[in-house]
Amino acid sequence: MIQDIKTATHCYHCGENCEDSIITIKDKQFCCRGCKTVYEIINKNNLCSYYDLESNPGINQKQIIREGKFDFLDDEKIIDKLVHFKDDTQQHVIFYLPQMHCSSCIWILEHLDKINSGIIKSQVNFIKKEVTLIFHYPQTSLKKAAESLALIGYEPHISLNDTGGNKIKKTDTKRIIKLGIAGFCFGNIMMLSFPDYFSFGKTEDPELKQWFSYLNLVLSLPVFFYSASEFFISGYKGLRQKFLNIDTPIALAVLITFTRSVYEILSQTGAGYLDSMSGIVFFMLIGRYFQNRTYQSISFDRDFKSYFPLGVVKINENNRETQISVADLKQGDRIKIYNDEIIPADSILFLGKAMIDYSFVTGESLPVEKTIGEIVYAGGKQTSGAIELEVVKKISQSYLTQLWNNDIFKESKERSNTPFIHQVSRYFSYVLFSIAGITGIFWSINNPSKIGNAVTSILIVACPCALLLSSTFTNGNMIRILNKYKLYVKNASVIENMADIDTIIFDKTGTITEQTKSGICFKGQDLSDEQTQLIRSLANQSNHPLSKSIASFLPFSKSLNVKFYNEFKGYGTSAVINTHFVKMGSAGFVTDKNNFSANPGSKIYASIDNEFIGCFIIKNSYRKDLQKIVSALGSQYKLKILSGDNPSEEPYLKTVFGNATEMLFDQKPENKLNFIRSLQNNGSKVLMIGDGLNDAGALKQSNVGIAISDNTNNFSPACDAILSGTNFTILRELIQYCCKQKQIIYSSFALSILYNVAGLYFAVQGNLKPVIAAILMPVSSLSIVLLTTGLSSLYELKLKHKN
Amino acid sequence: MSAFFIMIGASLLLAIGFLIAFIWSVKSNQYEDDYTPSVRMLFENTTIQEKDKNKDTPIKSTKTK
Repeated sequence: MIQDIKTATHCYHCGENCEDSIITIKDKQFCCRGCKTVYEIINKNNLCSYYDLESNPGINQKQIIREGKFDFLDDEKIIDKLVHFKDDTQQHVIFYLPQMHCSSCIWILEHLDKINSGIIKSQVNFIKKEVTLIFHYPQTSLKKAAESLALIGYEPHISLNDTGGNKIKKTDTKRIIKLGIAGFCFGNIMMLSFPDYFSFGKTEDPELKQWFSYLNLVLSLPVFFYSASEFFISGYKGLRQKFLNIDTPIALAVLITFTRSVYEILSQTGAGYLDSMSGIVFFMLIGRYFQNRTYQSISFDRDFKSYFPLGVVKINENNRETQISVADLKQGDRIKIYNDEIIPADSILFLGKAMIDYSFVTGESLPVEKTIGEIVYAGGKQTSGAIELEVVKKISQSYLTQLWNNDIFKESKERSNTPFIHQVSRYFSYVLFSIAGITGIFWSINNPSKIGNAVTSILIVACPCALLLSSTFTNGNMIRILNKYKLYVKNASVIENMADIDTIIFDKTGTITEQTKSGICFKGQDLSDEQTQLIRSLANQSNHPLSKSIASFLPFSKSLNVKFYNEFKGYGTSAVINTHFVKMGSAGFVTDKNNFSANPGSKIYASIDNEFIGCFIIKNSYRKDLQKIVSALGSQYKLKILSGDNPSEEPYLKTVFGNATEMLFDQKPENKLNFIRSLQNNGSKVLMIGDGLNDAGALKQSNVGIAISDNTNNFSPACDAILSGTNFTILRELIQYCCKQKQIIYSSFALSILYNVAGLYFAVQGNLKPVIAAILMPVSSLSIVLLTTGLSSLYELKLKHKN
Repeated sequence: MSAFFIMIGASLLLAIGFLIAFIWSVKSNQYEDDYTPSVRMLFENTTIQEKDKNKDTPIKSTKTK
């Protein structure tokens, strides 16, 4: 590759290299007009602190947002769906701004009222990348608010999904309150029980002791009836479905502890075990909270709706353009799609030059050229100017969206496999009940008065909460650690499923190839600097994606005068530059010969003054270290490739993956789904790694579906986990880390059995003192928490080393 | 001993006060976003223009929660 050794000027606004043209105002340089405009707006409104907080905080403005893009936000129906509060003077709306990335963004977005005076208040939620706008209605409108955001470079992302309802996602506040109440009651009950612990049953002041017991009883009521309610509900549901889950024995233990304590306190025979009960409930709730903390910024359940735009330009019979909601599109409607917009419904090309990028939908790596009269499928992205289309199918019936009608999208993933902790808890329950039974029989023979005491003590002390604690804290900590290595898992069962997989299936485009760049190499004579500039200047003229990538591949040194530029559709381009006649395009076009073989579209030939100088080969650029990862994974798992692209890369992939690897190309989304289903029917546990909408079915069907994303803010289809592209190299280590989960849970379980044996030793004899229970409970809980988090952090060292 | 009754009662009341404060903070969505406020509080409360006008006098917060 040719290196450009030149001191680079960075754009004051966005920090990008100013390559082609530098626009200067005073002492500040900008890479494009867009950036300059944004700077001017910010400067005019005295908001230049934006540039002080972080250097070059702006968003590159090379892609100019076309005028009228937000016209659909004037539509009453759409407004009603988007705003979540509305009265005569005010409207509240939440916009999703994926561009948000630094504290400068927060600052400027919260000063939006300086740019648009109709905005009363704007508040940012940085983690969710959302801004909540409150604006004065007649003074400004939803459309104007969106335009103000776009004006400073934060174009709101409005998708079809946003019209699903005025729901505002909220964190589960109920769970936090339950946790707070349990903690409060636990602490106070513990404190009030202290005199009892230290007096060891000797009553110095019976009145005070009684009073404390009643107070404990009152404090335990909210724990029992409110905080512990989820264990009862889930345990009861489990019983009704004739399925013994882990909550059933827990609920039973809590119930028995509570009733026995109430009995002891009211009959004044003892102090009860309310301290242990509230403590256990508190610890278990912490564990559940820790395990279920979700990532607010990441959505795992997106379908095509969040990919599709909300509004589209419709052309009426009298050639007037109006913006309508995509959901209202009917068969026969004429629509206009601008550059870089997504086609919302299957249609026929009516007017214009279509160059459709289907990479996200089908996995084809190169844009496809369509001529008038041809059908274009929904989900493709137009890449060369505006086109007009005639809709042939409604959005819900189009080729792409039909995938979501598959039954697999209607059921939840936790269908067949129950988490193994439930199975373990079942054995635990059997053992526990048989010990209780034997003890009961023993005492009924020897001393019947002790039966009740001994049996309830057993059930109190051997609560399976240790099991629940070990699994929730292990999972919680593992999720946290995986998160650190940019593997964001949806929930804890994903980790468990990951340990069982035996087959790994890769998608090609965007998964094992980089999403953003494609590699280019030049074959032919050595290019002089002048020749390079001639070709670059020609490539720079065209909007064809291949031309564009060649232009960005070649270094820039000076602008040349281009004359007589001609573009021959489907063949190539030619122009006279500095008295040289430069031609670029397909083999036939450049050399006038047809004997140049190989796949068209991926090779670009170039000639100067009719002298052939060589060709550019555009290759998929594979992820770094692919070879290493593949050979490491290949020794443990069966690998397969399932691609929607054509098989042109097959020979190369064979060299990486080996000849034995099964590779399927030209796969439609349904094919992918069915292929995985058939593997599963043969007993395989499949890990699918994909990225696009075309993998959505396969990701859903597989045992574990990981979506690769080079930018987690980007759209990623429904999946179980999202892996950042940069950490693809440690995929094997991440999988191995997940495999450790069971081992950690088992070892902490072994530890808890030790405590259980100690507790049972007292319980079977019928003299479990509250103080023993009160010591065993927190000690065992804390040591389990320490062991699980310690072990999972210890195994992390291996990941750290690799990273 | 009667001092105990009063002290325990007082400590419980105090603790209940904190519990209520906690529940209020959860209900008023203070746990919704635990990152942005930490950045927001570091911003200057003024825009450049205002700063020039009132160099010495601290300016009332332009943005309140």
